[in-house]
Amino acid sequence: MHSDRASLGLRIAAIGGLLFLHLPILLIFLYAFTTEDKSYQFPPPGLTTQWFGVAWNRPDIWPPLYLSLWVATIATFLAMILGTLVSAAMARTSFFGREQISLLIILPIALPGVITGMSLRSAFSIMDIPFSTWTIILGHATFCIVIVYNNAVARFRRLSGGILEASADLGANAFQTFRYVLLPNLGTALLAGGMLAFALSFDEVIVTTFTAGQQSTLPIWMLQELVRPRQRPVTNVVAIVVFTATFVPILIAYYLTRGGSETAGAGK
Amino acid sequence: MTTPAILPERGLADRLTALFWRHPRLLLAVLLTPPLLWLGVVYLGSLAALLLQSFYSIDEFSGMVKEEFTLKTYAELFRAQNLDIILRTLLMSAAVTLGCALIAFPIAYYAARFARGKWKAVFYLGVMLPLWSSYLVKVYAWKLILAKEGIITWAAEGVGLSMILNAILAIPGIGGNSLSTSPLGTFIVFVYVWLPYMILPMQASLERVPTSMLEASADLGASRAQTFRTVILPLAMPGVIAGSIFTFSLTMGDYIIPQIVGTSARFIGLAVYQLQGTAGNIPLAAAFAVVPIVIMLVYLTIAKRKGAFDAL
Repeated sequence: MHSDRASLGLRIAAIGGLLFLHLPILLIFLYAFTTEDKSYQFPPPGLTTQWFGVAWNRPDIWPPLYLSLWVATIATFLAMILGTLVSAAMARTSFFGREQISLLIILPIALPGVITGMSLRSAFSIMDIPFSTWTIILGHATFCIVIVYNNAVARFRRLSGGILEASADLGANAFQTFRYVLLPNLGTALLAGGMLAFALSFDEVIVTTFTAGQQSTLPIWMLQELVRPRQRPVTNVVAIVVFTATFVPILIAYYLTRGGSETAGAGK
Repeated sequence: MTTPAILPERGLADRLTALFWRHPRLLLAVLLTPPLLWLGVVYLGSLAALLLQSFYSIDEFSGMVKEEFTLKTYAELFRAQNLDIILRTLLMSAAVTLGCALIAFPIAYYAARFARGKWKAVFYLGVMLPLWSSYLVKVYAWKLILAKEGIITWAAEGVGLSMILNAILAIPGIGGNSLSTSPLGTFIVFVYVWLPYMILPMQASLERVPTSMLEASADLGASRAQTFRTVILPLAMPGVIAGSIFTFSLTMGDYIIPQIVGTSARFIGLAVYQLQGTAGNIPLAAAFAVVPIVIMLVYLTIAKRKGAFDAL
């Protein structure tokens, strides 16, 4: 007989697995308060809050932070426009080449980041394009399109086509229908997609190292600190900032689309 | 007088609406052009550039890229040291995929079959948050954990298991000076970082196993273990394969984790990164980057035959 209760072993393995996914992050928080800045000694010999002040006053942290925010904002904006357009086209109609287009949209995140990064690097090298903020944005917007697309296309599928026809019957033109009918219905899905795209871009490091040249985004700054540590707890403070900057948008995206069949974040 | 059924046009917006109504393909073209132009030029263009670069070669004396077609760069991939890199990467990817599948299965199975109401949400968020939260922060957390003076060494000493830890670290091939400088450490971090990518498709395919089949299996006299082996596992297989696509491909392309945790032994991703950066050998870097593409294409073809894409 199959029972509706899980065996003890299964329950332990499942809960243990979840804990395995979450506990390591907590250590980042703990180590931001340690007094030891030369090694990762556990347990910390003492606790202090001085590193938050030190991080605040480190001049080398601010430019990467601004650059990351700027890149993520522009990349998200571009991805939202392009992702919405393509999801509107893909949602209802079937046309020749539809399958190929959906593959093309998914490819930038289906292939390993190093390939996307190396491809862009090759293209910049062949065309003699110098590295700039825009080369970073180019890469980020490309892999953010699919995030917005996933969220928007799921909402489009759930929308009844009837409301668009009703709007037309009542005399609205295509632009009015978009503004007063489609946009309010898509709103939360687009916002959720935008939030996830922002989180993804803000945190991206693999593609960025190939497209940034000498510039530093916050993740690249962190990577340099990981390879050659200086004041280790300061890296933890920055890690907390990066963690929060990705965690909060994800949580908002979840609550915006909760309960629907298309809850955000099921695919990255 | 009755008002006409067709309203008069009120300017450009109405005229465009009428045009789109009569020619739906036109609207489709307007919607698709900007995104396809972007993906076609930026992405496919770059992939083409990558392929092109991989057929160039580097001049051994001047160090400049020679822009003429040659297979010399691909031939370099078959040197012993480069074959080593490819083999090591494949081995690690396979091991990580297996490790992820083993840890992911109980989580996915519990979430799909037993979690209800509040617990369902806990499991969903519990997998989704680590999936999306910062990659670098996760890797950094493990650098803290695996360090020689870190929490694992401390815990092992606390419960008197230092002997076992040292014995594991002494195994040649997977051990090392400390966990954070051993291949075992690299493996653990890979498994941790890609685990959510395995759980989600697994859970999706397990949720589609109808309860009636399990009941039928029980009615026909199968024990729980038999039901699991002959009904649940085969039906969950597409999900496992879908998850393995992610874990395999992501491990193969990663170059951050082996740089931060592990020995200095190189993987494909790291080789690409170093060749294009410090070494300045873009053609060989491009040729190396083509290797994962080819492997993934083979992998995807096999996965497609096994029906893995229905679970995505």
